[in-house]
Amino acid sequence: MTDRRRHHDMGGLEAGPIQNSEHAHEPWEKRVDAIKALLSDDRRKLVTTDELRRSIENLGADAYERYNYYERWISAVTNILLEKDVLSVDELGKKMAEIEARQGNRAL
Amino acid sequence: MSAQFSVGDPVHVRAAYPPGHVRTPYYCRGKSGVIVRFCGEFRNPEELAYGKYEGPVSPMYRVRFQQNDLWDNYSGSPDDHVEIEIYEHWLEQVI
Repeated sequence: MTDRRRHHDMGGLEAGPIQNSEHAHEPWEKRVDAIKALLSDDRRKLVTTDELRRSIENLGADAYERYNYYERWISAVTNILLEKDVLSVDELGKKMAEIEARQGNRAL
Repeated sequence: MSAQFSVGDPVHVRAAYPPGHVRTPYYCRGKSGVIVRFCGEFRNPEELAYGKYEGPVSPMYRVRFQQNDLWDNYSGSPDDHVEIEIYEHWLEQVI
């Protein structure tokens, strides 16, 4: 038996206080926005808004709560590119390890 | 596809809880409202979300719900309402 209400569908639930402070986006967040825009353009049409939303909803309740806005985006985009065979898991794993080594194990 | 409902028609939102990408908010399922606008015809996001881009278009309506009908113990004005855009396949005729 699955939940009748999916985690993201939270209209009407208690939300607690709203944080109104502005904050600047990190460079990586701008990069995620650009990646999503390029993947969605008329030439590529690889990631539609509906697919992105579906993929974000499927991250699971825990990730949905812990990830910030662009962490959700990049995780969802990555999963869509794996589904569509644009990237492979192995290719992604090797590249991430290579970048981590280059960064001297600093958090990406 | 021709629109099944007209402005002013009372409608009931299906009490369905499928997995997958659904745009009909949980809190209005199983509730009744009134059609206040025909919004046009659009492809179904439930299909688009899975990469099926070429399906038929479907009528979408703006449906008005009284807040009193949506929430238990609603404490605001009895005139308060909310309008939600809903695809036709989620709506049933109120007899």
